This record gives sequence, C-alpha cells and structure tokens, in this order.
Amino acid sequence: MIAVRNLEHRYEGSRALSLAQWQAEPGSRWLVLGPSGCGKTTLLHILAGLVRPSGGDVSVFQTDILSLKGKQLDAWRGANVGIVLQALHLIPHLSVRDNLRLAQYLARAPQSDASVDDALAALGVADKAARRPHKLSQGEQQRVAIARAVVNSPKLLLADEPTASLDDASAARAVELLFAAAERRGATLVVATHDSRVKRHFENTLQL
Amino acid sequence: MNTASLAGSYLRARPLQTALSLLLLALGAGTIVTLMLVVGQLEGRMGRDARGIDLVIGAKGSPMQLILSGIYHADAPTGNVPLSAVELLSKNRLVKRAIPLALGDGWKGYRIVGAGKEYVEHYGAQLAAGRLHEKSMEAVLGHEVAARTGVGVGGKFAGAHGIGGDGGEHGATPYTVVGVLARSDSVLDRLVLTGIESVWHVHEEHQGPQDEQDRKAMAEDREVTVILVQYASPLAAAMLPRQINAKSELQAASPAYETARLFRMVGAGVEALRAFAAVLILAAGLSVFIALYTALEERRYDLAVMRTLGASPARLFGLLLAEGLVLALLGALLGIALGHLFASALGAWLESQQQYPVTGLVFRIEELWVLAAALGVGLAASLIPAWRAYRTDVSRTLAQG
Repeated sequence: MIAVRNLEHRYEGSRALSLAQWQAEPGSRWLVLGPSGCGKTTLLHILAGLVRPSGGDVSVFQTDILSLKGKQLDAWRGANVGIVLQALHLIPHLSVRDNLRLAQYLARAPQSDASVDDALAALGVADKAARRPHKLSQGEQQRVAIARAVVNSPKLLLADEPTASLDDASAARAVELLFAAAERRGATLVVATHDSRVKRHFENTLQL
Repeated sequence: MNTASLAGSYLRARPLQTALSLLLLALGAGTIVTLMLVVGQLEGRMGRDARGIDLVIGAKGSPMQLILSGIYHADAPTGNVPLSAVELLSKNRLVKRAIPLALGDGWKGYRIVGAGKEYVEHYGAQLAAGRLHEKSMEAVLGHEVAARTGVGVGGKFAGAHGIGGDGGEHGATPYTVVGVLARSDSVLDRLVLTGIESVWHVHEEHQGPQDEQDRKAMAEDREVTVILVQYASPLAAAMLPRQINAKSELQAASPAYETARLFRMVGAGVEALRAFAAVLILAAGLSVFIALYTALEERRYDLAVMRTLGASPARLFGLLLAEGLVLALLGALLGIALGHLFASALGAWLESQQQYPVTGLVFRIEELWVLAAALGVGLAASLIPAWRAYRTDVSRTLAQG
C-alpha cells in the first residue's frame, strides 16, 4: 500500500505540489491527472525517492521512504521501483539487452540473461535485443523502456507522460502494455499524464 | 556488466578522444620506459665492465678517452706506454694487480686485445670451446665475435691495423683461433683476445726485414697501450694517481670518476627526454580530463537514468573514475609494451653497430612506477568530472527532458 499524508513540496519558494491524503492499494492502477506544472512529475519523483518533499509523510509498502538516507534510498529504489520516463532515455551506445543488464547491475539484482530475455519477450521486442536503441522505432523504444523498468520485478511501476506524443491507437497500446507489465509482476502502477484520452482505462484517478 | 565494462563501453562510444588520450599516454610512458631500459642496461653494463678496476694508466691525453679505450674498448687509445711501466707498477706496494693490454688492431670491427690470462680471469669468463691462448698468434674469440663471424676453434684470420678495419691488413701474420669464450655479459664478449707478444709480433713483422740487432732494439722499446690497476689498499686512491701523473709520459684516470662525468654529460640529454615524456603524460591527463568533462553535458541524462535505476551518487563517481583509470591503465600498458619494442629496436641497431648490447626483453621493477604514475594522472584527470557526476540533480535533469 502507498500512503501519502499532508504532502507539500516547495520549489524555489513557490508551492509545487500539495496533496492532503492519498492511498493506493497494492496492485491497483492509478492515473494522476492535472495540467502541466501541477506537480505530477514531482509526485512521481517523490514516490521514487528521487526528491525529498518539503513536508508530509510518504509510506510505500510499509517503508517510510523519507526516513531512508542516501545509499539506502538508492538501494530501495533499485529494488522496488521501476520508472518509465517521458523521454525514455535509453542509454544510446548500449544495446537493448545491455540497457536491461544495466538495470540489473545498478539495482544490484542478480544478472540473468534469462530474465532480461523474458522481459523483452513479454513486451514483444525479444528480436531487438542486440540492436542499439536508435535503430528502433519510437514504439519499440517505449517497449524497451518498459521492459527495463520491470526487469527487476518492482513493486511500484511509475510512468511519466507515456502517451504524450502518441496517436490514439498508439496511446491505447502503450497503456495496455503498462497494464500487462504491471499485472505480470503484480506491481502497483502509477501513471502521470495530462492526456485525458487514457482516463477511461483507469479505475482510479488522482486529480492534482 | 560491471563498472569496468560500463566504463569501457563509454570509452568506445567516443573512439577518437579515447584514441588520442591513449596515444599521448602510451608515447609518454613508452619514452620513459625506453630510457629506463637503455640507460639502466648501459649503466649496469658499464658498471660491470669497470668493476674491480680502480685506475687505468696510459699515455697522456684525455682521461675519458683513456677510460673509454682501456676499459670499454669504445674509443681510440691515447698512445702507448713503455713496458717498463708495468714492471714498475707491479713492484709498487699500493698495487694489488696490474693488467697490461696491447691495443691497436681489429678484425671485422672487433678489437684485438693483447692480454694475459689474468684479463680473462678478471671478468670471470669461462671457455665455451677450446683453450686460452698460449703461444704467439693464437687467439680466443669473445662470445659475440664468434657468434657474429661464424668463426670457431681452428679458424684463421688476419687482423687489420686500426679499429674500423680500414687500415692495412696484417695478412702475412694470421691468427689461429684456439678457443671461444662463453657469454660473460662483459666487454670480453665483443673482443678478440691474444697474447701481448702476438700484437708485438704482428707489428714487428709489419716493419719489414730486420736483423738480430734491430730485433733486440725493438724488444727494448716494447710498449703496452694501457694498464688496468687494482689497488691494494684504500690508501692507494690518494697516492697512486698523483705518483703516476707526476711522470711526464704517464697518465692515470679513475673509471669511477670518468664514467660519472660521462653520465653527467649524457644525463642532460636523458633528463630532457624524460621531461618531454612527462609533458606528454600531463597532456594525456589533460586530454582525459577534457574528454570526460565535455562528455558530461551529453551524459547528464544517462547519469540521471542510472540514479533512477538505483545507482547511488558514489557509484556514478566511481564510474567516471573508472573511465579515467581504465584509460590510464590501457595507456600505460601500451606505453610499457611500446618502450620494450623501442628498446628492442634500438638494441638491434646497436648490435648491428657492434656497440653495447641492449635488449627489450628484460623487465625493470621501476616500470611499475610508470604504471602507478599513469594511474595517478588518470585518477587526477577524472576527479572533477566524477565530482560533477556525483552532484547530478536527478529530478531537475529529468524535468528538463
């Protein structure tokens, strides 16, 4: 369970995010909606332990992540959180397979080619394993980014604007892929977007 | 995947900059290693050749020339001294041993040295074949002489006046090879040894027909070229050179002093090369720094992504350091290999010139210092980029794109 209370974050003096209370059940799928600049990305970064909020409590699966310091927080993130970034940010000079191996290595997870291939196969890009990311289509790159986010079987899968630059059909498919990936690992999914097209797919929405 | 392979993949991603850094580092380290090998071997070799010889006595002239010709056989002799000087020295209480040498002839660029058995014994050389020379016109070849000329026991050859082989041949009086010395890693390897009488004999023959009286006169005038002296006591160092130099026709030169003087002169050149190599290594460090630092801008998303994947700032710091260190390690290893290659090439050339042998096939412990210095430079060059990577603000970087 994810539990957030009295969350406040100020960025350079002005209020960037304010969230009185929010709870998400394990395995649930949430859409965080709101206009640009309302703090959606900030909320994801706080949940991932990348940003320390100005105030409030954040508990993710019984871990008070604000009490974790430095390396502990990094290790917790590596083990528990998968992130799909808006710009994907695959490492350009590493092959698709090495991008996933990198995720295992940095999370200090056991390095297993079997789980790398499994994650790629589940997203339908097993045949692209040896390619460099820039040789792939945008849609294929997104699949690889999702595979990289879930290769360590995170409990929490975060996605930031995954459909922003996609047409309707691609946007729907991206959401399906995220659902499938989260469901396969039993992960809680939190998607931040300003794209209301995908709203109907989610049973839970958080409006910021 | 590990830090080294990840660092390696980033180095491969910018091949030109990596190659430039490697090249500069390899050239710098290679130059230093070459100098270490060549200077070290020459010093060691010259030290071995001069061991146990406290003083060289010969005709007046340049003391360094006397040492170079008398011990190392690398220069023309200063002239001759009367045989009576040897007898005088042998009787001197300050002298433990006096070895007279008669020089002046050569064969195929190798020097023919007229000397007694004690000269061979002094260097502890062993026979590989045959025996030492006993009778007149018998010769013993040094290891390298025999190997390069292919002449063995039983062979005959004629010496030539002068060292380069450009003087007149003593064709009428050939030498017979009676022995070949085993390799002793001393100057003997490059010498042809014979009795002093043989050298006299060759030159007396050279002067054409003579009667009994001439022969007698010549015997009285007999000369040697240099006398190698070993002191009987430390006291001799203070007294003997002064005694010798007071005699108008004799000169005494100290090998220790003259070789030190020689190395001081050569040393300036060596120091200049060493400084040049140090500049190359510093330039390599700068090249590593610039490569890592300029790459940071395009890598900031990679670094931020690595943080989202669970890397701590310390691991990003380590990754950048590893890139500097991997470069330095490869550059230094390449440089050490290059140094040995240079030394081997130089050795092959020196050998073809019948000069001091130098090999690239020995490893000197000082080379580890080159490795350590290169790693130090790599570390220093990557510290600032690594610190910037450490300070990556993940959230802000990702928010920008």
